[in-house]
Amino acid sequence: MNILSIKNLTKTYSSGSRKLTVLDDVTFDISEGEIISIVGPSGSGKTTLLGLCAGLDSGSTGSVTLAGKDLQNLSEDQRAAIRNQSVGFIFQNFQLLPTLTALENVMVPLELKKRKDARAKAQELLNKVGLGDRATHYPTQLSGGEQQRVSIARAFANEPKILFADEPTGNLDTETGEMIEKLIFDLNKEEGTTLVLVTHDLDLAAKTQRIIHIKGGKIQEDAHA
Amino acid sequence: MLMPDFSWIIKMAFRDFRKNISRLLLFVSSIVVGIAALVAISSFGENLTADIDSQAKELLGADLVLENNQPLGDQPLDSLASKQAAEVNFASMVAYPETGASRLTQVRALAGEFPFYGSLETVPVEGDASFRQGGKKALVEGALLAQFDAQVGDYIKVGEVEFEVVGELQQVPGQTGITATVAPTVYIPMEYLEETGLVQYGSRVNYSQYYLFDEGTDVELLIEPFKDQWEIDRVDADTVEDKKRQTGRSFANLSNFLSLVAFIALLLGCVGVASAVNVFVKEKLASVAVLRCLGVSSRDVLLIYLTEIKIMGLAGAILGAFFGTILQYILPLVFEDFLPVEVNLGVSWISVGFGLVTGLLVSVLFALLPLLKVRNVSPMATLRPETADTSLLKDPLRWAVIVGILLFIWGFSFYLLDSWQLALGFTGFVVFAFGTLWLVGLLIMWAVRRFLPVSLRYTLRQSLANLYRPNNQTISLIATIGLGTAMISTLFFLQNLLLDEVRFADKDDQPNLLMFDIQTAQLEDVKQRVVDKGLPIMQEVPIVTMQINEINGVDKQENSELPDEERMGRWLYNREFRVTYRDSLIDTETLVEGELRKFDNPGDSIFVSFSRDFAEGQDINLGDEIEFNVQGRPLKTYVGSFRNVDFGQVSTNFIVLFPDGVLDAAPKFHVLITKTQTDQESAEVQAEIVRAFPNISIINLGTIVKTLEEILDKISFVIQFMALFSIATGILVLISSLIISKYQRMRESILLRTLGASSATVGKINTLEYFFLGSLASLSGIVLSFAATWLLCEFVFEIQFRGAWLEGLVLYAGITGITILLGWLNGRKIINQPPMDILRGN
Repeated sequence: MNILSIKNLTKTYSSGSRKLTVLDDVTFDISEGEIISIVGPSGSGKTTLLGLCAGLDSGSTGSVTLAGKDLQNLSEDQRAAIRNQSVGFIFQNFQLLPTLTALENVMVPLELKKRKDARAKAQELLNKVGLGDRATHYPTQLSGGEQQRVSIARAFANEPKILFADEPTGNLDTETGEMIEKLIFDLNKEEGTTLVLVTHDLDLAAKTQRIIHIKGGKIQEDAHA
Repeated sequence: MLMPDFSWIIKMAFRDFRKNISRLLLFVSSIVVGIAALVAISSFGENLTADIDSQAKELLGADLVLENNQPLGDQPLDSLASKQAAEVNFASMVAYPETGASRLTQVRALAGEFPFYGSLETVPVEGDASFRQGGKKALVEGALLAQFDAQVGDYIKVGEVEFEVVGELQQVPGQTGITATVAPTVYIPMEYLEETGLVQYGSRVNYSQYYLFDEGTDVELLIEPFKDQWEIDRVDADTVEDKKRQTGRSFANLSNFLSLVAFIALLLGCVGVASAVNVFVKEKLASVAVLRCLGVSSRDVLLIYLTEIKIMGLAGAILGAFFGTILQYILPLVFEDFLPVEVNLGVSWISVGFGLVTGLLVSVLFALLPLLKVRNVSPMATLRPETADTSLLKDPLRWAVIVGILLFIWGFSFYLLDSWQLALGFTGFVVFAFGTLWLVGLLIMWAVRRFLPVSLRYTLRQSLANLYRPNNQTISLIATIGLGTAMISTLFFLQNLLLDEVRFADKDDQPNLLMFDIQTAQLEDVKQRVVDKGLPIMQEVPIVTMQINEINGVDKQENSELPDEERMGRWLYNREFRVTYRDSLIDTETLVEGELRKFDNPGDSIFVSFSRDFAEGQDINLGDEIEFNVQGRPLKTYVGSFRNVDFGQVSTNFIVLFPDGVLDAAPKFHVLITKTQTDQESAEVQAEIVRAFPNISIINLGTIVKTLEEILDKISFVIQFMALFSIATGILVLISSLIISKYQRMRESILLRTLGASSATVGKINTLEYFFLGSLASLSGIVLSFAATWLLCEFVFEIQFRGAWLEGLVLYAGITGITILLGWLNGRKIINQPPMDILRGN
């Protein structure tokens, strides 16, 4: 069964009288539990594609069906509700809320779901990523790798059906990057979540089940490992 | 849409608030001063109103006062009173025989135990008792004793009689310090009034009768049957309730005016709030995008930050209310010359509540303007920061907030001014002033960006370029500091111009000594003495007092029964007109309509000329028939012409001018105007005339200037005290914006230092930036104040505008200096630390 279905998706930006097509008639499906990567050079449209898949933006034409819901006809706030229910994110630059402690950052998606056990669950996740003892630390008090681990704990907190990761190791050194990769894949295996990775790191992409190559806004290749 | 989860929103707000507390406190500080000023004025006003209510009897000194410009005679309620006192009061010269000095005073001849409530407080305390024991004794206000350099025990001469000063008056019922400045009071016993020779036929005298009734008497009810007759006889009746109303109303006006000045300080603070929140929001955009990514709705994101603003707004309002309550304790010192009663201060919970609600409301309203941006933040900004489109121009809610702000300003000023037109005018003024300064700021930024030459020295170029760095708040600083400067300097310029106008009137060809109350029999003798002193007789004017009986056949009673739109002003019938007669115009007059018609033969119609401004205000038209009452004799006249009269000159100017030949035989007094060359000459002629003719009052221009100076000083002290709040707010906004931009400045400094710039270069760039910021803000304010002063001179005061360049320069230097100093204090640590220290510290 498909968790994400993209049909003839096009995204065009207008700049004065000029029109710039960033994604051009993209179509693909992702099944539940699948681990895929989207790769391509800078400016190929992969980040735009990720944003559209996750419901962060809407396409100019075509459709995006996420967890059985067509995102194209929904308002931004309706898409936000779906993100909270079904989607997890890991960002290249971690995107932790600087005014919240590590624990509180992980608690946010749980609290949004009105989970009574938000604190306990968040602490459990922090323990899982090895930061149980850093729960009260603020992001500025954590290293890049630690921040990304908090970000991973937050991404898994709401038990998402699909997890999007945008260059999750892009801002980290090789050693830390490898550790983060392992953590993502391990947790993903444990939770059985669908994982969509955007990267230009072909070694990382090779670890996924399927690789979608994108260039100039078009899918060049959709290959299963 | 689901109901917001308020408990989570509050939780998130507090979480965010923890890390932002110092920064949020900064923006809140902007409103503290404004709220403090409002609460202080409001509390003071509340307490004053309560004291006026509780001390109203002492204000009037009696249960009822009847007044008229003729002796009141026996009144039907005389027999109902348990006590009575009488007073005759008039303006007259009082001399100090020891030095020959004299001064115009308000003489009050008293018979009876007035005041029945309160007392005539004197130094020494037994002065009042001694005065009442009888004998030629006087109680005198301190201002007069100070001018004469006299003291208790000395003698003063009132008319023909010398009185021993037995006490210096400290408190006269219902009188304030400011009235003493104009004409200090001298109390003398009534039994010697006749002997003074000051009250003669035609003298301008007020007669008062004071009544005390048995306790529990309903005075309003008691006097009801007599009111109609008093109206006909032009007797003015004042009860404790009337006094309460009048005093309360005049102080409500003062307090409302001052609240309006405080409100301007608050509005300046609000601009500071909006500006600080704008920076706050810009820094929060990334967090907002993350929250949106995690599934928080735009409404809930807005509510989180709005909750923070509310908490801080409330904190600012509480702080403001606290300081305001304390501040009111120093207000009696500021207002001491204007207070008719002793004020008992305490916490006014109404005012505190008013301050809290206002503080909360303005911080939310003004913060919402930039805060609404968070609703438009796309979650895509987490992946691409440049997609954080925060364009608000098309956001209808933003326009709703702008309308809300305008409505709030209008509503608040309407509450204070009680007139929707004035409130609209005030709102228009605020919008215009802010708009002008905002445009000036925009224009300067544009010009710097557009015309900044690359050839300019680097430090100069960098410091100018810094003005348009993101988050620099240059425009809002120009608006806030500029408006504060504009307020202070407008008041300052205007005060100087008004004083100059009077001083400049003392030119070679202008008269400077005015003698009035000269009886017809004394006229020739006075003229002779003036001529003997070698002084010119510049004007000699007869004055006849009269009242209006009928206008176009409608008398006072009939007029009061007419419908509103046809009715003339009631006071027109009660007013005492002082008129003169001549067949020609003088320098200060110009004929604008009709013609000046002579009265050639008895039986001819009499055509009078009215001041056009007065006639227009009272709806009097050419050809109207007006019957005057010339001290008992009716005199039918017609309005034959209108004149423009320049009342700003030292001259005798009249609303009504009669032709020659009509009033020659009427009881009258004369005014004589001359010109002295020196103060000494002026003092000599004054002393001689007062000695020879004690009933003649003399005013010289020097006294007018001095009195005006004193009054303006007292008024401007109060206004400048209030304007200080605006300056303080401007400085707080400046400090807050400097601290907010500190980290950005720090990063720039590090970059420059890393690239090899010396501390001196970085310091120079910063100082120059503050210099430009201070200069632009203060110059904008000063230019605006020149424009405002010019407009006020041209259309309100009708005096010639002269630019106060030197004062403007001093203000400019002062404000620019403060800006540089604050900037230097804020940045000195950054400049002197090695770049690595700062990097690590970050």
